Amino acid sequence: MTVLVIAEHDNKVLKSSTLNCLAAAGELNAEIHLLVAGHQVSSVIEAAKIVSNVAKVLVADAEQYVFHTAENIAELVTSIASTYSHILVSATTFGKNMLPRVAALLDMSQISEIVSVESEDTFIRPIYAGNALAMIQSSDAIKFITVRATAFDAVLDSGGNAEVEMLSATADTLLSEVIGREISAGDRPELTAAAVIVSGGRGLGSEKKYYQLLEPLADKLSAALGASRAAVDAGFAPNDYQVGQTGKIVAPDLYFAIGISGAIQHLAGMQSSKVIVAINKDEDAPIFQMADYGLVGDLFDIVPELVAKL
Amino acid sequence: MKILVPVKRVIDYNIKVCIKKDGSDVDLNNTKMSINPFDEIAIEEAMRLKEAGIATEVIAMSCGTLASTDVLRTALALGADRSILVELEHNPEPLAVAKLIKVVCDKEQATLIICGKQAIDDDSNQTGQMVAALLGWSQATFASEVKIDGDSALVTREVDGGLETLKVLLPAVITTDLRLNEPRYATLPNIMKAKRKPLDTFSAADLGVDVSPRLTLLKVLEPTKRTAGVMLENVDALIGKLKTEAKVI
Repeated sequence: MTVLVIAEHDNKVLKSSTLNCLAAAGELNAEIHLLVAGHQVSSVIEAAKIVSNVAKVLVADAEQYVFHTAENIAELVTSIASTYSHILVSATTFGKNMLPRVAALLDMSQISEIVSVESEDTFIRPIYAGNALAMIQSSDAIKFITVRATAFDAVLDSGGNAEVEMLSATADTLLSEVIGREISAGDRPELTAAAVIVSGGRGLGSEKKYYQLLEPLADKLSAALGASRAAVDAGFAPNDYQVGQTGKIVAPDLYFAIGISGAIQHLAGMQSSKVIVAINKDEDAPIFQMADYGLVGDLFDIVPELVAKL
Repeated sequence: MKILVPVKRVIDYNIKVCIKKDGSDVDLNNTKMSINPFDEIAIEEAMRLKEAGIATEVIAMSCGTLASTDVLRTALALGADRSILVELEHNPEPLAVAKLIKVVCDKEQATLIICGKQAIDDDSNQTGQMVAALLGWSQATFASEVKIDGDSALVTREVDGGLETLKVLLPAVITTDLRLNEPRYATLPNIMKAKRKPLDTFSAADLGVDVSPRLTLLKVLEPTKRTAGVMLENVDALIGKLKTEAKVI
């Protein structure tokens, strides 16, 4: 039994979610291979080969992999899949986009966003926005799995000494082409990897006030900025800030829910946070039912005071 | 250009699901069911392409029990020209749905499939990608903007950390994200009209597709519930708790 994990990276840096995915793979107690597909990925290979639990790094370096389009990566993974018992990738937009394509090409099913490995064929995954957990057993020859990164503690990114094997590239499918990318720049940590998240809801009133009020607090705590779906729908924050069933699933050490009432769909995205602080003017807001610490009052007084005193 | 829009009947997004006492599954008896919200966005996008003169026909399809007829009627009321039900005894797995969609797509000679990025019941987020694989088509998932440009589509995708613009060759599968559009409401005259629009029914056997499951649901568990913590008087008390009790700052 050998397990394949597909690395997520930007051709320069190995994304930390890969380390969480490798932790899930580690629970299968089998040899682990890590696939790095991209273009000019030498720094990613250096990082990948010293990850603590990787036995072999497989490298496919070709121009058609540079943007990690599903069609080309799926061709590659399909070409090497048959020797593996399990193929895992983190449930990021990269993994969610690509892996079902591979599974279907091989006539296999996929188990999405697992949060627990029960045995080599049985896994637990959230359904209904995390309001229930399903224990699923798979009868497929190869188990295709996406992993919810926040449910597994990252493996050590050092201490390993994997061998590196170069793969020959599959032909370019020419089906799709990335012609632009607007990745929000800045010094803030990524939402799904941040230790602290400052999230705002419709209670903030406008885009201007969202940034005015939350940025100083996020700066002070080196936090990522998040938002509820209501705030995103109202145009206060961009969609990639959205925390919830239809946005990002997060589990930071500290989560500030500011002006967020606590719709089921939002709670589904942040209920695994270690400590939740809710600040809201409505004392009956459902968010207080799950917050560790609650403060009732005017956000526009409380948040600046908090920034000043931290 | 014909557009095929697969839709799924799911628990209404405002309803919190209950788990059966024996833990065998969720309990959907007497629960309000609706069209999957992402699929409603898919219908809307298809209608806008038809209204712009790009699409000639919009066909809605669903795979499920006879009860799924109601979401097809919703799709028809929102403007779809006709609809197809693949009648099954149970909700099939995404791979089986993908196979059924492929066969219908081949029959109908559609050049574009628009579907929701995921259904809000099993949250699988697989079907669109699987259909694209089976058809050998390009795929553009999590779309927040779609422009058809000759023999290709320019799709803005919601990816981690921002946006990506993808140019895909047609035919293609596009899956919808929330911000793609705001679906219209079905008007009463359109709801009445929908009752007279065509709804064809097939079985999986008619289409020659094996829908037997690959996965077994062993049980359904309650997630660990968080309990309410303490309400604090002021900012100083909060900072104190975060420093000394939770030790997170």
